[in-house]
Amino acid sequence: MKEALAEVQRISAHPDSRCWFVSWSPNGALLASCGGDKAIRIWGREGDLWVCKTVLQDGHQRTVRKVAWSPCGNYLASASFDATTCIWKKKNDDFESLTVLEGHENEVKCVAWAPSGNLLATCSRDKSVWVWEVDEDEEYECVTVLNSHTQDVKHVAWHPTKELLASASYDNNICIYKEDDDDWECQATLQGHTSTVWSLCFDAAGERMASCSDDRTVKIWKEYPSDSGQGVFLVDSDLSWKCVCTLSGYHGRTVYDVAWCQLTGALATASGDDAVRVFKEDVTASPDEPVFSLVAQVTRAHNQDVNCVSWNPKEAGLLASCSDNGEIAIWRFKEED
Amino acid sequence: MSAGVQLENANPVIFQRSGERLPTASEEDGDVHDPIDDREIFDLIRSINDPEHPLSLEELNVVEQVRVQVNDPESTVSVEFTPTIPHCSMATLIGLSIKVKLLRSLPDRFKIDVHITPGTHASEEAVNKQLGDKERVAAALENSSLLEVVNQCLSSRTI
Repeated sequence: MKEALAEVQRISAHPDSRCWFVSWSPNGALLASCGGDKAIRIWGREGDLWVCKTVLQDGHQRTVRKVAWSPCGNYLASASFDATTCIWKKKNDDFESLTVLEGHENEVKCVAWAPSGNLLATCSRDKSVWVWEVDEDEEYECVTVLNSHTQDVKHVAWHPTKELLASASYDNNICIYKEDDDDWECQATLQGHTSTVWSLCFDAAGERMASCSDDRTVKIWKEYPSDSGQGVFLVDSDLSWKCVCTLSGYHGRTVYDVAWCQLTGALATASGDDAVRVFKEDVTASPDEPVFSLVAQVTRAHNQDVNCVSWNPKEAGLLASCSDNGEIAIWRFKEED
Repeated sequence: MSAGVQLENANPVIFQRSGERLPTASEEDGDVHDPIDDREIFDLIRSINDPEHPLSLEELNVVEQVRVQVNDPESTVSVEFTPTIPHCSMATLIGLSIKVKLLRSLPDRFKIDVHITPGTHASEEAVNKQLGDKERVAAALENSSLLEVVNQCLSSRTI
């Protein structure tokens, strides 16, 4: 294989627990991790190694499921099974708890900042997606509660440039929301996966989305604005998303996460079969029928389920993964020169 | 269960327990690699208490050795369990107890799948999906009252 994933470092990040999620800061200098030990750890580079810079321990009473950096890098949000979302403010090298967002009935599964940094989305086992507005005084106000899913909502992700939000659910569907006349609405429900959709992400341009599922597939969805088709459609929604590619047969168990590198376009996956895989798009294929091929994989990337993969936003090819065994692994994806 | 509580299945059929397993000569030889087999998995789960009756899952035929599949080199374990009645509201709890027992007993490398025996429960698909969702299982086990009920199912019975 011309491409390969080389291990850079392996860290016992949340010992005797599960590491659920890792997230790079926008400038790529810090990595935040969270897990079943209720802690958030911040990792930074010292020489060639990533070391723990700080531990945020007292924010949550239960598992911390996901963490998200604000686009400016000065705030960190954490979603927990304790039904709350904590907002942390960076102060020099440390973080202080700024506020706690309450309202969800039970486990908060995900939190994500909009590209502007003025909006935050959370989702929960209570089947709802909440959008919060942040004002200049660092006050958070819930602006809408969206109840488009019929089961737990597993993941939320914002479009890279627009105020467009996508959510993935245990009900096997993906919902796309947009603000319309001061009101948030579900604009499209994407059906196709045959089991829980665990995660989703947009490509750099925001024209496509990748989703991954318990059905062991990854699907690529492409946006087709309705005015670009043949003729004019009189429909409420001004966009629709179609599945243009399904990657099946590669993953032996649930695909828990998918990450689209904003720098190189490589697509990484995290799976319950313990593997980390990287797919690349065939540039000669038609945009309406894209072709992705497996270009690198580590079949025993971790010795338990891989829960998350995340590409460093500044250093092309640097990938972090984390696992049920509490480990984080840092990889370098090398392409042919 | 205390007297006066209406049981869902008041008169379950009771099955004979299997005998103790006799170790083979090669198992007693410390130099021979001894893979985990179906009977070992069955031994881990057969004594789990039914949440409703003072009986084990084996005595109620909820678990059977033939419904245990282990593949040691592949590190997979699959267990099917059979609720005593098709509308048993305890099915998720029983499945969770089996899953927790195996998670606690087996090496971390094992992938553990617990399912309802096909065609034996009205909500088979929903229960299977819930038991297969590790995030839901993890959250359930952080719920202290639910964990207590699971631990009761897993505790050794006082006779």
